[in-house]
Parts: sequence; structure tokens; C-alpha cells
Amino acid sequence: MTIKRSSSGIRRSAAAIVAVAAISAALVGCSADAGSSGGSGSASDLDAALEKGGTITYWSWTPSAEAQVAAFEKAYPKVDVKLVNAGTNTDEYTKLQNAIKAGSGAPDVAQIEYYAIPQFSLSESLVDLSQYGFGDLKDDYSASTWGSVTSGDKVFGLPQDSGPMSMFYNKTVFDQYGIEVPTTWDEYVAAAEKLHAADPTKYITSDTGDSGFATSMIWQAGGQPFQADGTNVTIDLADAGSKKWADNWNRLIDGGLLSDIPGWSDEWYKGLGDGTIATLITGAWMPGVLEGSVPDASGDWRVAPIPTYDGTPVSAENGGGGQAVIKQSKNPALAAAFLKWLNNDPESIKVFLEKGGFPATTADLESDEFLAQAPEYFGGQKINEVLTAAAKDVPSGWQYLPFQVYANSIFGDTVGQSYANKGNLNDGLAEWQKQLVDYGNGQGFTVNK
Amino acid sequence: MTTLSRQQGLPIPKPSRKARRDWRGWAFVGPFMAVFLLVFIAPVIYAVYLSLFREQLVGGNAFVGFENYLLVLSDGKFWEAFLRVLLFLVIQVPIMLVLALAAAMAIDSARLHATGFFRIVIFLPYAVPAVVAVLMWGFIYGGNFGLAANINDFLGSEVITPFTREWILPAIGNIVTWEFVGYNMLIFYAALRTIPTELYEAAELDGAGPFRVITGIKIPALRGAIVIAAIFSIIGSFQLFNEPNILKPLAPNIITSYFTPNMYAYNLSFAGQQFNYSATVAIVMGVITAVIAYVVQLRGSRKEDR
Repeated sequence: MTIKRSSSGIRRSAAAIVAVAAISAALVGCSADAGSSGGSGSASDLDAALEKGGTITYWSWTPSAEAQVAAFEKAYPKVDVKLVNAGTNTDEYTKLQNAIKAGSGAPDVAQIEYYAIPQFSLSESLVDLSQYGFGDLKDDYSASTWGSVTSGDKVFGLPQDSGPMSMFYNKTVFDQYGIEVPTTWDEYVAAAEKLHAADPTKYITSDTGDSGFATSMIWQAGGQPFQADGTNVTIDLADAGSKKWADNWNRLIDGGLLSDIPGWSDEWYKGLGDGTIATLITGAWMPGVLEGSVPDASGDWRVAPIPTYDGTPVSAENGGGGQAVIKQSKNPALAAAFLKWLNNDPESIKVFLEKGGFPATTADLESDEFLAQAPEYFGGQKINEVLTAAAKDVPSGWQYLPFQVYANSIFGDTVGQSYANKGNLNDGLAEWQKQLVDYGNGQGFTVNK
Repeated sequence: MTTLSRQQGLPIPKPSRKARRDWRGWAFVGPFMAVFLLVFIAPVIYAVYLSLFREQLVGGNAFVGFENYLLVLSDGKFWEAFLRVLLFLVIQVPIMLVLALAAAMAIDSARLHATGFFRIVIFLPYAVPAVVAVLMWGFIYGGNFGLAANINDFLGSEVITPFTREWILPAIGNIVTWEFVGYNMLIFYAALRTIPTELYEAAELDGAGPFRVITGIKIPALRGAIVIAAIFSIIGSFQLFNEPNILKPLAPNIITSYFTPNMYAYNLSFAGQQFNYSATVAIVMGVITAVIAYVVQLRGSRKEDR
């Protein structure tokens, strides 16, 4: 009995092992690169593809996506665009990365923010759109956004929105405590002290450490901590600009002048509504968020240029992104044609602007109609004049890391600790750099060598 | 069973025996085996396979043998996460089980009015999806506009600060206890119901008081259930993920990306694309959990035999 049972046990487990080996072989097979479709194409292919029609999938979380897709399908009835909201930023990137790795399941067109584009272009997951003549569209977009979607002659996407940084401030709170609108960071810190001293429940702004904010602030301070040339990467988070920002921001941390309400939390929206958080240094896409999510503060908020270090106007991009064609696409020409319509056709951009988006296209940034808008939420201020002026003051030459998504995920572990401990931001940046160098070299890049 | 072994004793020629051991049985276990292989064994084997390789963003995939395991064993982040959940386990699990035990005894004591009501109320949190429960607690814990803020305002000082380094673990423990007391109570209550009432009658005749009944009859009878509940809770603690991961946006610097081993594995693979290393972390953690659960079971059942 015993012997028999064990022998059948062996047979059973042998069968199991064979079955499992077959399954895992299949799984391994799945993860192999599906090869690159895409191939060569030309500008005329786009019209032909639109003429022929077909079905493509588009991943996006922008509020305007649905209306844009509807308008597109109306203009090109032969094309069927399946719109999928696969999650917001990192959630979508995770799914996209998994689909690319699995070799199937990725969309034809996907929304990717500027900071994540190098990560996907480096892994050769994106179609180089220059083959369809997209290089000629350069002048249609603001310089900084165009720089974010291109690498040399290669075009990896088209910009959709942009986020030149400005200062949003609660005028009601400022008036109540007699605070002047700060134009330099010194004045900003002074305003922070004055406000918090007058009412300890109020703070100049809230910041618990946000990688997107920190990198944009370093950008504004003239830093270029990340430089990538292919797989050769240089990380210097102690360069002049990084230090300039860290030393400046340390003053707010040391003084306990920053609210510890984490961004985008429920409490944050409440704080923006009741004056607890008096300013926001953020991208030009913020008005739509304020109007949509902080309706109580209608009339309180105004926009001013971002404070500077020495009085010379200078800004930076914060957030924003575009769309790209994924190499897995079985119909890259049609996908590219859709993308070109989405981010270049006036009809599509009109829909985008109606939904509160901030454009990346120069024609719209400079249009009188756009500049003349005076939303009631901002007390009738012509906010687009301030916001578009900031777009012109963005220094060029900024780069994100080819593994920025990972870098952002460990920001709290490193720089965030300086916030939590009221420590020196420079130490946090040094720790961030150390972990990024280790990670980059471990992933086969040549970092700081 | 007897018939079967006698049959085996007979000198039946091999082919016919083989014919009798045909594949009919497989038809019954087949569906189960197929699903079991596909959803349980295959992922484990695949994880082991992954853990022996290293795929880089640049440079492709390479076989590295046990290098990933050596890295995990000397990885400070992994051990920090492990010690954190171990500390959590050592404190939270006993508190939760004692509370569950007390609730089960109270409901079983027959001295309580509306036992059905209490049973359902204590069990109810378990029926709330963990994500919803944690979001809800996140609001309650809010230090500026939440219930915590209201209590602090009332007391005039910062007494309740869940999102600080000192209090985050107790805050999570509180949520987990709230979620699972009812579940464990039900396990204990079910075990208490199986105790024959004659034992209570005999105890009463012998003059045993209620506390003597608890220590002499109820607790010994519950031993098996306690071991089971403890093992479930140990596994749950080592797999702690939902609660800290959902609270992370509210305490981004306190809850790091490697706060628990599971969060570490998750972030390694989904933020860092280090699937191989992540698989290794998961396997090492799985082995540790299995060993500890096994030791608890051995000790628990040994006591039972005694």
C-alpha cells in the first residue's frame, strides 16, 4: 500500500512537473519581445490609413479624451477608436510596462507624461514618428514641450498640454493679513513667516516632498541634475541649481512654515478651500483643478508669476504630457494619424481647451481669444496672460532620467525623510542620488562613471 | 479500504492491474488539478524561475544563479521591512486574538441580551472591503480636518497623531484589529458551540464557577481554533500590504516604499521593473512565513496532544 501510493505519488508529481514546465515555458514565451512592428512609413501613409479605416485603442485619463475621440470618429467615420482609462499616471505606466513586457495587450496610442517618455523611448517601446514627417511639426509647439517628446531627430510623441509654473495665491488670505504678493523667494519666505505668525493654522503652502515639484523647482533654479546620452547617465543632485533650491526651501522647512498636508489628499482640497494653504507653486493646468475640486474658494484665488531668486523672470515646466504610438501597434500609421489629429488639429485642441486644458501649441498660447479669457473663479483676472508668459521663461536643456518613474517612487524614502525629520534637503538629495546611481548601474546604465 | 488492500495482495497480472488503474479518477480530480497547477503551482515555479535571472533595462536578461538570494539576505531594506511586520505581529496579533476570544466567550456565555446583534456588529467590519475600510480610517485619522483633528482641538493639544513615525504602526494595527476581530471571533465562537453541554452540566455539579469553566473546559477546547486563528493572523501580518499602501498617500514620508516586505516586492517590480529581485523577495518571505507558521502549528498541536 505504502509503496504503491508513493510510486503513484512520484508519477503524479512527475506529471505535475511536466505540466508545470510546459506552462512556465509558455509563460516565458509570452515575455519574449514580440518584435518591432512599425517599420517604415511616410507622411502620405497617414492619409491612406485614415481613408482605409480600422480599429485602434487609446489609453488616456485626460478629461477631454472622450469628447475628442467622439469628434475624431465623427470626422473619420471609418476609424473606430477604443478609449480606455487605464488609470492615472503611474497606474497606467505599470499596466503599459506590463503589456509591453508581455508582448501583447498594449494600446496603439497612450498618454504619457513628459517625465516618463524617456523611460519608454529608451526601451524602444515607442514608434519614432519622424518617419511620418512629424519632425516638421516642431514649430507648432512650445520649445520646452517639444524638447520633452524628442531626442535628437527622433520624435516619440506629440505634446498635448504643458504646465509652465506660476504662483497661485489666495488673495482673500493675503488681504486679510496685509501680505504683499511676493516676487522673489526671499519675499516668499518673509510672507510665509508673517502669515504663520499671524495665524498658526495657516501656511504659505503645503509640501511633504513631491518629486515632480522638487525637480521642477530645481529646473527653475537653473539646475540640470539629470543628463542622459543614450545609456550614459549623469546624476548630480548637488549641482548649483539643486543646491540653490534646497538651501532656499530649507528655510521653509526649518521654520516649520510648510503645512504637512499631503498634496491631492482630501484634506489638501479642504485646505485650499478654507485658506489653510495660501499659495501653490504649480503648473498652468491648475486652474481647472481648482475650479473643479475647490468650488468653495471661487473668487479667492489669483495667479502671479512664480517668485524668482534674483528678479529675472524664470519658470519651469511642471507636469504635462503628450501621447505616443506604442510599437506593439498593429496599425502604426493609423495610430500616428489619430495622434496627429489629436494634438495638432485645431478642432481637437478646441475640445481640449473647452475642458480646461492648458495647451502646448504656440498658436493657442498666443491666440487673443485664449489670452482674453477672464474666469470668474479668479475674480475676472486674465490668468492666461500670466500663465503663457511663464511658458516663455522656461530654461531649455532640462532632461529627466530614463528611469524617472522609479526615481519618483523612492523620492519619499530619501528626500522625503528630510521633510519628515526637518533635516537638510541637501542630505536627502544626496541619498536620492546615491540610490539612483546604484539602481541605474544595476540596470545596465553607465551612471556617473 | 480493507477490500482494496486485499485486492492488491492478489497476484493479478500486471496489464490488467494497470487497466484497472485507468484514468477515470483523473476525470474527477482533473478540473481541480488543472486549475491548481495553473493558478498555484505554475506561478510558484515561474517565480522561482524568475528569481534565478536578472533582466536589466539595458543589456537584457542573464542567468545569475542564486545571486538574487544573496542580495536579498544582505538587503537592509528587506530586513527593516521584515522586522517591522514582525514587531507588528508580536503586538497586534495577541491583542486581536484576546479581544476576539473575549467577544466569542461573551456571546457564548448566554448572559448577553441580543447576542445575534452583537455577533453581527462585531463581524460587520470584516464584510467591509479592506480598501474602503482603510480609506475611511484615513479620514478619521486626518490631523487637520479628520476626527483626530477634532479630538485634538477639544483637548487643546496634539494628542492623537496617527501619521507620525511613532504612531503609524499602532494606527495600522488598530485598523487591522478592527477589521479582523469579528472574523476570529466567529472561528472561536464556532469552536465553542461544538463543546458538548454535558461538560458544562458536569462542571456545575462539581461546583465549578464560570471562570473555572473557562480555564478548564473552554480554553482547552478552543486550542485548535486558537492555533488556526494564530496561523491565519501570522500569514496576514507578514503579508501586510493593503493598509499601509492605501495610507501611503496620506503619510508619504512615514510609509516608505519598503514599509512591509510585500510593499517592497510590489514597488520593486512595478516601479523599478526589478521583477527578478521582486520574485526573490517574495520567495524568501514565503519561505520564512511557511517556517514560522509550521513551527506555530507544531507547538500548538503538541500542546493539544498533552
